[in-house]
Amino acid sequence: MSKPRVAIFDFAGCEGDELQIVNLEENLLTLLGHIDVVSFREGMKEHSDDYDIAFIEGSCTRESDEARLKEIRKNAKLVVTIGACASIGGINCLKNFRDETTVRKEVYGDKYEMYETYPARPIDAVIKVDFKVHGCPIDRTEFVNIVKSLLADQKPFVPNYPVCVECKKNENVCAFERGQTCVGPITRAGCNSCCVNEGAICWGCRGLVDNPNENAHKEVLDKYGLNLDELKNKFKLYFGNTYQEK
Amino acid sequence: MVNTNLNIDIHHVTRVEGHGNITVNVKDGKIEKCQWSVVEAPRFFEAMVVGQKWDVLHHITSRICGICSIGHTLTSLKATESAFGIKISPMSSKLRRLAVHAENLQSHTLHVGYLILPDLMGVGSVIPLASSHPAEVNIVVGLHKVANQMSGLVCGRTTHPQRLIPGGFTKYPTKDELKALRDKLDGSWGDITTVAKLVLSLAGKLPNFTRETEFIALTSKDEFALYDGLIGSTDTESAPVERYLEYTNEYLVPESTAKYAKHARKSYMVGALARINKNYDRLSPKAKEVAAMFNLKPVCHNPYMNSVAQLVEIVHSTEDSIRIIDEILADNSYNIKNTCVEFKPKAGRGFGGVEVPRGILFHDYTYNERGFCEKANCIIPTNQNHANIQHDMEALVPQILDKPKPEIELTLEMLVRAYDPCISCSTHMLNVKFKE
Repeated sequence: MSKPRVAIFDFAGCEGDELQIVNLEENLLTLLGHIDVVSFREGMKEHSDDYDIAFIEGSCTRESDEARLKEIRKNAKLVVTIGACASIGGINCLKNFRDETTVRKEVYGDKYEMYETYPARPIDAVIKVDFKVHGCPIDRTEFVNIVKSLLADQKPFVPNYPVCVECKKNENVCAFERGQTCVGPITRAGCNSCCVNEGAICWGCRGLVDNPNENAHKEVLDKYGLNLDELKNKFKLYFGNTYQEK
Repeated sequence: MVNTNLNIDIHHVTRVEGHGNITVNVKDGKIEKCQWSVVEAPRFFEAMVVGQKWDVLHHITSRICGICSIGHTLTSLKATESAFGIKISPMSSKLRRLAVHAENLQSHTLHVGYLILPDLMGVGSVIPLASSHPAEVNIVVGLHKVANQMSGLVCGRTTHPQRLIPGGFTKYPTKDELKALRDKLDGSWGDITTVAKLVLSLAGKLPNFTRETEFIALTSKDEFALYDGLIGSTDTESAPVERYLEYTNEYLVPESTAKYAKHARKSYMVGALARINKNYDRLSPKAKEVAAMFNLKPVCHNPYMNSVAQLVEIVHSTEDSIRIIDEILADNSYNIKNTCVEFKPKAGRGFGGVEVPRGILFHDYTYNERGFCEKANCIIPTNQNHANIQHDMEALVPQILDKPKPEIELTLEMLVRAYDPCISCSTHMLNVKFKE
C-alpha cells in the first residue's frame, strides 16, 4: 500500500498547532516514515494539490478564504481540523462579540475598509469536516494517536467527559478551591488537564462536552459564591461560536 | 545576460510563519514593480482584548503567535505589571530571563535548523535532509528538544505557557529539575559546535548583500538586553520603553494587511542581528567566539547574516542560562512556595518591551479602576521589519538581474526568510511574484 499523501494548511491562527507537529521531534521523523507530506507551506517549498488527508489550522475570518477551503475539500478524501481556531472558532471569535466596524476602526483607523474581515468561524461552518483535533494548542500525543487511528482506518477516540475527570486523577487542588473561576466542569477532556497541572485554570480550549452538565456547574458556582458574569466572560474565550446567553 | 523581461510571482513564500508574497516585474530592462506584500488574514487582537479582565489578557495575546507565545506572554505581563505598579521578586525576574532564553533557543534552532539549512543545502525542506544527512538532522532535533523541555519546565507548556502570570509565576521548577536542565544544556556544547561548523562550511551560500540601515533593539549597560532595557538604536539616543511610539511610527500600506514602521531612516531592522549590532560587547564569551568564526562584527549591514546572528544567540542563551541556573542553585533562600507577589488592580496605562526571537516587541494597555482593559496596542517585530525587507528588495533586485530566474527567486525568498518573519504575528506574509 502506498503511503497516504498529507497536506497541511493554515488560515487565521497562530500556527501553534503546526508547531506542535514540529515539536514531535524524533517522533516526527518516525511519523514521516508512514506518510508523504506533499504540502506544508510553513515547513517546505514543494506543493501539490494531490493529497488524501488535509489538516487545517486556523479559523475562517473572511469570505475570500472560503474558495480556498472548498478547493481543499474537493481535493482531500479526509479533512481534519487541528486546534481550537479551526475546530471550534477559538480565540478569534472574541471579536464577534463586539461591533465589527468599531473593531476594524480600532485596529486600522480610517483605512479600515482596506482590510477584509467577517465574523470568525470554525472550518465546519464553511466545509464538511471529517474529524477534529481539539486544543489550544493541540496535544502532541493525542495528535499522534489520532493520526495512527486514521491511518488504520479506525475512528479515533476522543473523550466525551469533562476535564475535571482527568484533573481529579492528577490530584490537582481544584481551581475553585484556590478561589479561581474554571471552565473545566463543562470542557471536553483529552488534554490530561495540562493547564491546571501547571497551576492555571482550565480555559475551555477543547470546547464543550456534548451534553454539558450546566446544573452541576451552577452548583459549583453557588457553592463557591462566584460571579456569573466572570464565568460568562471565560466562556466567551473559546466557546464564542457556540455560546449563547442563558 | 541581464533579464530584460522578467516576472516573478511568489504567491505565499514558504518556510516562513504566515502568508506573504513577492512580486517583481521587469519590462525592457526596467523594474516596473518590486514588492513585498503581506496577505495574512487580519485578526484584530487589539480590539479583542478591550473589555477583558487583567487576568486573561496574557492568555489572549499569547495567541497572537504560536512560535513566540512565551515572548508575547512576558511582554503582556510586563505591561499589566507596569500599569498596576507591580514589582516582581528578584527570583521571578531571574526565571523570566530563563524563559526568554528558552524561547530564543527553541525558535532560533527551529529557524536555523529547519528553515534556513535547506536553502544552504539546496533542498526544499528538512524532510530530504533526514535521509541524506541523518546525523546532522538528529543533532538539530536534539537541540530543539532540549529547548522545548526548558520552555516546558520554566514556563509550563512549550507553547501558550501556563506558569507565567501577573506578579510572577504559578509554579517554580524545583532545584532538582533545574540541576537536570543545567546538565542537559551543558551537555549540548558538542552539538552546538557541530551545527556552527556545518553552517560555517555553508556560509558561502549566504548572499553577500549590504544596504545600510538602522538597527533597533533593547539595550542595557548591565547585560545583553533581552528581558529588560531601554530602547536603543544604532543611529540615535536610547529611551525608556514608554516612549516606543517615537521609535515605531507605524503606517499602513495598501499591499499589506500588516503595518509598517520607520524611525531615523526610511526603515529599520529588529531581531538577532539588530541586538548583536547594538549590544555586541555584552555577548557571553563563547558567543563572541562563534561570532568571530563568522567574522560577524558590529555594525553588520547584511540582512542574510541574521541567521548567523541567531546561531550566535543560541550560544549566548545557552551560556547565560547555565550562569543563571548556577546562581539559583547556589541561593539558599530559593522557595518554590513563594512564586507570586500580591497586588491590586488599578486604573492606569502600562508598557511592556521584551526582545523576543524576531526582535523588539511592545504591548501597551490602558486599564480602568476595576482592572478591565480599555485600550491596547501591540507592536510586533515582524511589522517593524516589513519596510526594511521592501527597501532591501528594491536595492537587491537590480544587483541580481543578470542571474537566472530560479536563482533570483531563491535569493529573494532567502532574503525574506533571513528576517525569520512571523506573519501571523504581524498578521501573515511571504510570496514572491514575478510577472512576465
